[in-house]
Amino acid sequence: MSRLIRMDQTGHTTLAEWTEEDGEAVQAALVAFRAQLDEGYFAVVSRGEGHAEQVQELPLDEPLVILRRPIAGG
Amino acid sequence: MLASTVAGSQPRSTGLPELASVYWRPRATQRSLRRTGRLWTLSTISQTVPFVITAVLLGALKPITLPVGLILLAHAWIIPELYAARGANVVTPRGAGAPAAEERAMLLLGDLIGHQARELYARTGLVQERGELGVWLLGEAGALLLPPAGRRVYCLCVKATDPKLPVADRVAHLLLALRSDESGFATLANLAFSGARWRLRRRLRAPAREALDHVVTTTRANRGAASRGA
Repeated sequence: MSRLIRMDQTGHTTLAEWTEEDGEAVQAALVAFRAQLDEGYFAVVSRGEGHAEQVQELPLDEPLVILRRPIAGG
Repeated sequence: MLASTVAGSQPRSTGLPELASVYWRPRATQRSLRRTGRLWTLSTISQTVPFVITAVLLGALKPITLPVGLILLAHAWIIPELYAARGANVVTPRGAGAPAAEERAMLLLGDLIGHQARELYARTGLVQERGELGVWLLGEAGALLLPPAGRRVYCLCVKATDPKLPVADRVAHLLLALRSDESGFATLANLAFSGARWRLRRRLRAPAREALDHVVTTTRANRGAASRGA
């Protein structure tokens, strides 16, 4: 089961869960993913220490996709 | 649309999108960081040496001006100390949010980091992450970078733009950005201090000092093990 989560004021919110075989869940995840990107979130897949990948399309094969807000120099 | 997102065929981007906001900055590399560090030191010297020279000259020409000379020397000492204090401030805790949100955010951060990093975070509030540029200590509003060689430390001010996020989420934001593009992360961040570790250490709060010591000790141990293995 893959998950799309958003880091927010509640800690994090699970926006979608899917398996690649479940077309309906995948479609819902894609819609949620696109909506969050349109709101200014960035999507990242972490691959352990030192490695993560910024993604612009929902990678259906990844177990966890995290949405984050932009960062800026303080 | 579905076809374009099946395994292995997703278009994946490299580089932090936030870099667009600092397009004029050249990408940070080990070499550029070293150069920045040296320039920082030169700048500090240029600000402090005139005070020292004036103090010495005054003392030599008119010993009665000794108290003025001492004040000038104090200025020369205080300037780098103030810079170090500014550097230490990047890893100063800013205050936690609602306990439930913090707990939830902590669960996610815990999933992202290893057991040792989790323990260090629990004790110090800083996450240790190894990268190409050195070892990073990430706080909620900034990071310390310890390059692989030398005794210099860089204090970088960088944070999530949403101020209402729980602390652990703010750290996770920095961690994910760092992992996505380390050089871009170092480019985006603003340098608050670059200088001797000992100078910064004195200005850090006790937990951050512990994290810094931990990194120095483990780096030294790893280097020792590597040289014994070679």
